[in-house]
Amino acid sequence: MRASGPFLFRAMGDVGGTILVVVLLAAAILVPILNGLPSSSPFFLSNYVVSLFGKYLCFALLALSVDLVWGFSGILSLGHGAFFALGGYAMGMHMMREIGTRGVYGNALLPDFMVFLNWKELPWYWYGFDSFGFAVLMAVLVPGALAFVFGWFAFRSRVTGVYLSIITQALTFALMLAFFRNDFGFGGNNGLTDFKDILGYSLQAQSTRTTLFAASAIALALGYILCRFLVQSRFGRVLIAVRDAESRTRFLGYRVEHYKLFAFVVSAMLAGIAGALYVPQVGIINPREFAPANSIEIVIWVAVGGRGTLWGAALGAVLVNYAKTYFTGALPDAWLYMLGALFVGVTLFLPKGVGGTTQAVIAKLWHARTPKASVAQPQAGVAE
Amino acid sequence: MNAHLPATHVAPDRGVAATILYLDDVTVSFDGFRALNKLSFYLVPGELRAVIGPNGAGKTTMMDVITGKTRPDSGQVYFGGKTDLTRLDEAAIANLGIGRKFQKPTVFETQSVDDNLRLALRDKRGVLGALLGRTTKEQAQRMDELLQIVGLGEARGALAGLLSHGQKQWLEIGMLLAQEPDLLLVDEPAAGMTDAETESTARLLREIAKDRSVVVVEHDMEFVRALEAKVTVLHEGSVLAEGSMEHVQSHPRVIEVYLGR
Repeated sequence: MRASGPFLFRAMGDVGGTILVVVLLAAAILVPILNGLPSSSPFFLSNYVVSLFGKYLCFALLALSVDLVWGFSGILSLGHGAFFALGGYAMGMHMMREIGTRGVYGNALLPDFMVFLNWKELPWYWYGFDSFGFAVLMAVLVPGALAFVFGWFAFRSRVTGVYLSIITQALTFALMLAFFRNDFGFGGNNGLTDFKDILGYSLQAQSTRTTLFAASAIALALGYILCRFLVQSRFGRVLIAVRDAESRTRFLGYRVEHYKLFAFVVSAMLAGIAGALYVPQVGIINPREFAPANSIEIVIWVAVGGRGTLWGAALGAVLVNYAKTYFTGALPDAWLYMLGALFVGVTLFLPKGVGGTTQAVIAKLWHARTPKASVAQPQAGVAE
Repeated sequence: MNAHLPATHVAPDRGVAATILYLDDVTVSFDGFRALNKLSFYLVPGELRAVIGPNGAGKTTMMDVITGKTRPDSGQVYFGGKTDLTRLDEAAIANLGIGRKFQKPTVFETQSVDDNLRLALRDKRGVLGALLGRTTKEQAQRMDELLQIVGLGEARGALAGLLSHGQKQWLEIGMLLAQEPDLLLVDEPAAGMTDAETESTARLLREIAKDRSVVVVEHDMEFVRALEAKVTVLHEGSVLAEGSMEHVQSHPRVIEVYLGR
């Protein structure tokens, strides 16, 4: 049997994940300190680097959420960008309310774009967003509720495989079109921007930026620990069973749709948290976050990092986005081709991704000492 | 009751209540093709039954109907004399105590033998139960016993995908036992096995049938003979003959269907 005992003890077998959590916690403490050094110091981290990596960490959390459903339950969601964007909008709405009279029109009651549209009163769905706590709650609950309703119908009707992927794409596309409309009440094309502060702290301030970075690092670490707990439990074994042989799992008496739904909702909530942390760091949220291409990109991060490894997905998000930052600067026209080539290359030559391949090597070394089964790896290949 | 049934096939004296499995007048059509045609089939508790028949006779469809994979167009399907199976889905039926082994061994290949058995072990099947539940001492003991029974004690840590064909079949039988079903449906357990493996599989099934009801679908006549069980012959979706192996083998229609044409 798998070693029982406290979770952290069990996590010791998970080398990659342990490193990830340690690095994240160290970064959460060190980055604010290094950012506070005088700029002449060789260890100084510029604001630019801090917010860049803060953004990467949000993407990493998003990738983690996709890996939970794709890597472990075989649900290839091509619409996870929608949950991320919804979380982002929830936080954006709160920050819009925080602007208060400091907007261009100086209207205390309405955000600028509503004044511009000649609206007289706040729509009901903006109520409550004055409160930070409410906004955070919505950043989790709205994606969760959407995932629940969507998943309830999709999984109960036994929509799987490529069909499910296509309807997740349709979901995010439909949301994008809706959010593009001015009368939908979320700023239309321009989205929400011009934020001033969060919880009273200026978004421009160094200390706010490092705090947001640290919050992202801690959120990613906690998200990882949660996912790891889920996949290590018998629940996780059932998920893997569903991924590999869904109907067999039903004949064992498991209600497959409940398991998928639970994983899907948890995943959507994590994506929502990632979005809520992302928006204050980039200062804008608009409907382009719902673009289907964004959601496909997330899947590429996970594929590069290693599907079904969790920490690999987080690593993949950071690697691919670092490459994106670098190459869109150095060779802006070539980036999309490189991204496509990367996906094809990983699928053909590194089907387990960076994380999976590393894990396989570690497992081999581990096996040499103790004959014990490693964490299950998915079959090679993306289309399932 | 059941006056329309052929003489070789009568319900037990005390009717539905005395059966563990009761199929009456079950019809299933796929695009006009009648996979099951007014099939009636009864099994009493503790019985071991072999079901044979040529390809397309409806053997697998019958299993599908019993386990909830296929809904019959008409007819009654009862389990334990009172539960209507046509209203339940696969998971509910499995939890009632009906286990099924597929023709192609389907174990969870990316998980260890241990994990496969643990998944099958009788336990809470809900999400919360699976999240928070722990393996009790009794369950761990039960798993040790099961590994002993199916002879996979040495391989318990190995990934199921790395087992030989025969070992996978046994693992799947072990998983069936772990479910502690009252009724086992076993589809072609000897397919692709060596003679020695076939022999031990038959022995294993006879052993299992001592305290549960078992239906075995099989092509291999030698294997069926080794089961020493009552035989039902299916043909074109209904029962052609039923009785001992000697009885059905000397049945003129059975000979015609299997050898004639």
